Amino acid sequence: MDKSTRVVVTVIGRDRVGIIAGVSGVLAEAGVNIVDISQTLMQDLFTMIMMVDIGGARIGFDELQSRLAVKGEELGMRIQAQREDVFSYMHRI
Amino acid sequence: MRTGYSSQEVLETIRMVQMEKLDIRTITMGISLRDCAHPELKQAARRMYDKVCRRAEKLVAVGSQLAAEYGVPIVNQRISVTPVALVAEAADGDDYVPLAEALDRAAREVGVNFLGGYSALVQKGMTPADEKLIRSIPEALAVTERLCSSVNIGSTRAGINMDAVALMGQIIKSTAERTADRDAIGCAKLVVFCNAVDDNPFMAGAFHGIGEPDTVINVGVSGPGVVLRAIEQQPNLDFGQLASLIKRAAFKVTRMGELVGREASARLKVPFGIVDLSLAPTPERGDSVARILEAMGLERVGTHGSTAALALLNDAVKKGGAMASSHVGGLSGAFIPVSEDEGMIEAAELGAITFDKLEAMTCVCSVGLDMIAVPGDTPASTLSAIIADEAAIGMINRKTTAVRVIPVPGKGVGDRVVFGGLLGAAPIMPLHKWSSEVFVARGGRIPAPIQALNN
Repeated sequence: MDKSTRVVVTVIGRDRVGIIAGVSGVLAEAGVNIVDISQTLMQDLFTMIMMVDIGGARIGFDELQSRLAVKGEELGMRIQAQREDVFSYMHRI
Repeated sequence: MRTGYSSQEVLETIRMVQMEKLDIRTITMGISLRDCAHPELKQAARRMYDKVCRRAEKLVAVGSQLAAEYGVPIVNQRISVTPVALVAEAADGDDYVPLAEALDRAAREVGVNFLGGYSALVQKGMTPADEKLIRSIPEALAVTERLCSSVNIGSTRAGINMDAVALMGQIIKSTAERTADRDAIGCAKLVVFCNAVDDNPFMAGAFHGIGEPDTVINVGVSGPGVVLRAIEQQPNLDFGQLASLIKRAAFKVTRMGELVGREASARLKVPFGIVDLSLAPTPERGDSVARILEAMGLERVGTHGSTAALALLNDAVKKGGAMASSHVGGLSGAFIPVSEDEGMIEAAELGAITFDKLEAMTCVCSVGLDMIAVPGDTPASTLSAIIADEAAIGMINRKTTAVRVIPVPGKGVGDRVVFGGLLGAAPIMPLHKWSSEVFVARGGRIPAPIQALNN
């Protein structure tokens, strides 16, 4: 399997001011490049999907996950970072 | 964004995990113990312990790593080993329990919750080692915590070894008695098979078959919640559309298993075996196979129509799953345990599902009579007759069938038994009260059926 360095960050919760700023701040500090952002509603919840590249990151994947989780608690949102293979693999052959 | 998936699919994946309890039920490492045979039993035990600890050293760590990186829960890491009777054969001594204890210690050392393979394959006859191992099962399961045992007593090719069936009725009884203080929990770790498979990752019936490589990674997925929600969202489909909907859900669930299995295999540097695409329920709400059958339009599982509903489900799961993975194996289908399925427990308590209906449903489900609590005073010959019936279904239909019943000492119909965790809870179900003793006592083998002559 190709080792992709791309990670999907999903942010789910009640809409509020400062979500994008908060999350992208964590990413920038870690040296993680944002490739794409999209937003949508899932069952009345604000949902943001960010495609990021951790190829040039200054920290490991597990450290990034825990920093995002801390930010999520601060914002009252659920933030999750998952390797992108899980999405590409699951729905298509 | 140029990707192989849409944002809708990202959200669907997240919803499946967060709300519909999609998970990888188990990453099971199969380990051959054939090179652990030794004339001295003590040495054999040490070799088994060492090999399991060496091979599975990183299993649990890799499992947690994958769960974190992919955001999918991996509920269990487990180990299956060569049927122990085959390895013990060369050793001196009559008491195999030290081997059971060594494997239990190894399971604890590497951090897996179950290790399966305290097993014997006796569909046509027993060697002295097979018989010694079988007779040691009650003691082995009483003194260990994580060990699981299974015995294959029949196959389409060999027929049914009725001597072994008669013996297993007694073994189940004494296993129950040896663990009476814990509601006969030993019986929840003992499976009697017909047509057992070599690469099953699910407990309690997992063992590492004789044609397998030295070490292998097999993955069991589970997603009753995903299938249930898909059906609930579209209540007006006809059967063709319903089957297609289930296939789509099963495809996605299996894909996840394939990904995790391949990645686990790469990181552990162990060959990838199979994905077992079983729908395995848990006692948690929203993780029930029974509720899927009810969502198809049955007031309660167990009523007329349940067998047809299960047949459709089982077949659609296989068709969707087979498309999703290059190597599908194990048991692959829908499990219908009673104590491990919230909807089944409720139906059993209401009397909506009976023992006989469960037996009928095992003709079309993936395995057999599973996790059924029965009265503690059930005669051994009745348990043997239950095994014989179930094995006959498997033998004639060329499928795996199994019996995992728990005769709970001191309890009768109207009582309830709680095993806890994934093993769940169940009411004691009534059995037929007329005796099968003379039938079981005949001895010998039920000949292989005409279906066996297919060369």
